[in-house]
Amino acid sequence: MSNVNWLTTLGLLPLLGALFVAFLPKTNALAAKRAAFATTLIVAAAGIAMATQFQRDNVDLQFVESHSWIPTFGINYAVGVDGIALVLILLSVLLAPIVVLAGWNEASGGRWSAKTFYILILILETMMIGVFAATDVFLFYVFFEAMLVPVYFLIGGFGSGKRSAAAVKFLLYSLFGGLLMLASIIALYVISGEQGGHTFDTTALSHLQISHTTQNFLFLGFFIAFAIKAPLWPFHTWLPDAADAATPGTSVLLLGVLDKVGTFGMIRYCLTLFPDATKTFTPVIIVLAVISIIYGAFLAIGQTDFKRLIAFTSISHFGFITMGIFAMTTQGQSGATLYMFNHGFSTAALFLVAGWMTSRRGSSKIADFGGLQRVTPVMAWVFFFAGMSSLALPGLSSFVSEFLVLVGTYTRYPVAAIVGTFGIVLAALYILIPIQRSLHGPVMPGNEGLTDLNVREKVAIAPVVAIILVLGFYPAPLLNVINPTVTHVLTINGHTDPAPSIAKAGK
Amino acid sequence: MTSNYLVYLIALPLLGSALLLFAGRKADKWGHLLGTAMSGGAFVIGLYEFSQMLGRSTEQRAVTQKLFSWISVGSFQVDAGLMLDQLSICFVLLITGVGTLIHIYSIAYMSHDLDRRRFFAYLNLFIAAMLLLVLGDSYLNLYVGWEGVGLASYLLIGFWNQKPTYATAAKKAFVANRVGDMGLSLAIMIAFATLGTVSFAGVKEQASQASTGALTAIGIMLLVAATGKSAQFPLQAWLGDAMAGPTPVSALIHAATMVTAGVYLITRSNFIFDAAPTAQLCVAIIGAITLLFGAIIGTAKDDIKKALAASTMSQIGYMVLGAGLGPAGYAFAIMHLLTHGFFKAGMFLGAGSVMHGMDDEVNMRRYGGLSKFMPITFATFGLGYLAIIGVPPFAGFYSKDKIIEVAFNAGGIKGITLGCAALLGAAITAFYMTRVVILTFAGSKRWDDKAHPHESPVLMWLPMALLAIGSVASGFIFTRGNSLKNWLAPVVEQSPVHEGELLKPEVVSVLALVLVLLGVGLAVVKYLRKEIPLVAPTNVSIFTRIARRDLLQDDFNEAVFMKTGQKLTKALVVTDKSIIDGAVRGVAKLVQGSGSALRTTQTGFVRSYAMWILIGAIGLVAAIWVVTL
Repeated sequence: MSNVNWLTTLGLLPLLGALFVAFLPKTNALAAKRAAFATTLIVAAAGIAMATQFQRDNVDLQFVESHSWIPTFGINYAVGVDGIALVLILLSVLLAPIVVLAGWNEASGGRWSAKTFYILILILETMMIGVFAATDVFLFYVFFEAMLVPVYFLIGGFGSGKRSAAAVKFLLYSLFGGLLMLASIIALYVISGEQGGHTFDTTALSHLQISHTTQNFLFLGFFIAFAIKAPLWPFHTWLPDAADAATPGTSVLLLGVLDKVGTFGMIRYCLTLFPDATKTFTPVIIVLAVISIIYGAFLAIGQTDFKRLIAFTSISHFGFITMGIFAMTTQGQSGATLYMFNHGFSTAALFLVAGWMTSRRGSSKIADFGGLQRVTPVMAWVFFFAGMSSLALPGLSSFVSEFLVLVGTYTRYPVAAIVGTFGIVLAALYILIPIQRSLHGPVMPGNEGLTDLNVREKVAIAPVVAIILVLGFYPAPLLNVINPTVTHVLTINGHTDPAPSIAKAGK
Repeated sequence: MTSNYLVYLIALPLLGSALLLFAGRKADKWGHLLGTAMSGGAFVIGLYEFSQMLGRSTEQRAVTQKLFSWISVGSFQVDAGLMLDQLSICFVLLITGVGTLIHIYSIAYMSHDLDRRRFFAYLNLFIAAMLLLVLGDSYLNLYVGWEGVGLASYLLIGFWNQKPTYATAAKKAFVANRVGDMGLSLAIMIAFATLGTVSFAGVKEQASQASTGALTAIGIMLLVAATGKSAQFPLQAWLGDAMAGPTPVSALIHAATMVTAGVYLITRSNFIFDAAPTAQLCVAIIGAITLLFGAIIGTAKDDIKKALAASTMSQIGYMVLGAGLGPAGYAFAIMHLLTHGFFKAGMFLGAGSVMHGMDDEVNMRRYGGLSKFMPITFATFGLGYLAIIGVPPFAGFYSKDKIIEVAFNAGGIKGITLGCAALLGAAITAFYMTRVVILTFAGSKRWDDKAHPHESPVLMWLPMALLAIGSVASGFIFTRGNSLKNWLAPVVEQSPVHEGELLKPEVVSVLALVLVLLGVGLAVVKYLRKEIPLVAPTNVSIFTRIARRDLLQDDFNEAVFMKTGQKLTKALVVTDKSIIDGAVRGVAKLVQGSGSALRTTQTGFVRSYAMWILIGAIGLVAAIWVVTL
């Protein structure tokens, strides 16, 4: 099977689907939906097939392809995945069909036709695969920026409320980060020219000898772009607005996948290209991460709107992920990577069910709900389950990743881990307060007639629930893929796990 | 030794729970039977394992079962593994035995509830989680059960959550427990960072090499966890509100089993506490404070369930105190835990039986003279009462007196202080429990004619009767030939109790009995000889008022934590909008000002985007051109 160009095939499939949808008549929304759903299903199947071919103990990039693209500047179309990228591509291709099915009628309130909506979604899927697969920094940058375009139109064209303003805020924020990263990329290109030949190849760039000061600047260029994307406090304010305005499906892709480009980029680019600068900035970043955890949680508690609340919980969760990455221990970083995957499904569950609640009630204000457990028991259960996943209840997938991050951080930065652990109490509050208000108590006027989940919605959410449950008890399939890559990254950075203190004491 | 059956202990009730939840309304007819059968099945497996255990020599008794590798990252290796030893079998039999009785009771108690099936699903979930808690072979496995029982407790406290106060009670319990869970999380992190392992066997083996400081830290964090789960000071405030749950829940979760998990955790971690005297002392102090705290609250409650809840808090205080006394006390802490499991569960079921006959009335001032109408309930409750106040030869006499005795003999001022606290607690216990019995069963009727008190059906009184047998006999059985102490010895590595160092057992028993009689007498004078007003008198001393307000526990929490938290949240929300996002908007305005042509309409946005891309591209090309020149 090694002669199959897995990644290119995977990336092209959604694009072909988009092309197909483009030729469908504008009036036939159903055909567009079906075609889009079929495409995402095929891509998901192909993604799983690819994953089975992945050699998990091989730390080299796999499914590698490289073709000269712009030879003048040494830019290649070069793709390949390590364990981390593979997991994130899997996340993308698994979430896509769920989002399409769950948000079957999402396009109806839009500025443009349903056809356009699904073309944008499919293009976005190609971009998501590309951004994780790219091994040429310039190619990565192209995907990183190009990805903004479909999201911009998805928010601005199909969202609700202040959708235009939110879309612009998202775009400008991301572009600003992108420009900083571009500057760093160009500098890397220049330096590579000085040291034996211009290149954008990630592996080659990681062997460059870069002075400490230069590293610091270049690191920051990348890091700020990623911190905006992730988002990390204090670069987070675009996210609640975007999540508020976007359709639930778009929000799932935005928070579930796109934001992971930030944390993925931190590992792939910041850590591997600039080990010295990483050392310099780690303390600051750990502090920012801890602030994100606590700050995001408090802000979530203070929200009165479901969508904004979920957005802030994500800011808290991204704090955990970032803390895990920069703890520079295998537990921290494997936990963080697993967290990226788990958070995708956890947030998907939350956003989708919040979306269903919102579209039924015509409001996303928490205060407009009450007593749903009696009216729509299945929907209430799914929401409760999603909430438990978000507060990392043991037995669910998010617990494994959150605990790994905490324990991995504790071995190197105990204070950060201790403060971060307060996040689990705050999580109980930001989940249980809205659950009580919306599901418990007497049935709120205006909620009596709400309908429970239909078959389509149940089918869409079932795999999410199943994945959250199964990975909670058996995370090995993912950890086995992630662990070797993480160990490799940490070796590049010259880190080994701290030994237990009894061993250090030499007793 | 390994056993292949341990997993079924957990799997049966877990399966029951899943089936009942997924089957929906279709299972309404038989759901309760399935739930009871699953719990009963687990009890049978427990009995089988116990009989196997008895047949093996002392060193061979513990069995393990490794299911699969759960989490494996670097040196952090945690198996999904189970372990059944002399300590956990006590819990397994208690959980599944009392649990099954309460399932049976609930068939009748919940028969009019539309959601009885869901109730049994939650009960099964609880049994499964609680069994995982006591069977897990590492702190992390225990943690899964630990939060699992918290979830079940939350669901059951809020079973009637259409009533907002009940929903709030459920949330309060969950949050208070999460504060405790934070302690458990940190204990596990410290254990891993210090010892490189989180399994019980591993920690036990490595503990001797660790510094006292590290062990003290782990111990204190475990204590924090225990205070949350076991409603010990200062995380005790949720237990009284938890009485919002249906009464069988109060009996099973909030009296007999879940709330004793903290005692299990401390006893299980004896190898840590024995090597960290400071942490161990803290355990004893927390236990002593709570046993008095709960007892005092118990004297002021008119709600029968809340009075029993306060009593539970107090009795667990005894257990924690016992566990805090180290090797001399572990076995007695567990013994009191088991006897308490019988008599308190029995009394809670009795309270449920009374409520069942009294139209769900819980105010004892509206009871009175019920012994005539509910003779079986009265008899079983009465036996539980004699057990809890420690009248020989009932169960509590053996277990509680032993804890008091060990406390006195702990040495020095510590021993005298803890011993006196425990002794005083016994007197107060006798007082408030006598008050409960008098207000409920004795005196004249104070209910209105709408209530028609009657004895409960056999499905309800049979479990009560069986538990009453336990209240009578268990203490005697456990102490005969030191059976329980010797049984647990391999787990808790006890040292011989220095009997008679300060007070001989007989002296303690006599002292305790005198105080108990005093307490009983005082209650008789105060409540049997006088008319009981239907409404609690308000012209009472400040102390009574404080006791009625649960010693101001909620006032304190609200003033210190809730209000502060709410203010902080509000401040942060404002900060986020005005300062952080404000700064961003400020920058945006600045940019806008310099290029205002690029804005305001939708097309303007697109144009501005295109503009940025263009600038980027030009910049890029220019840069590359300069470089390659």
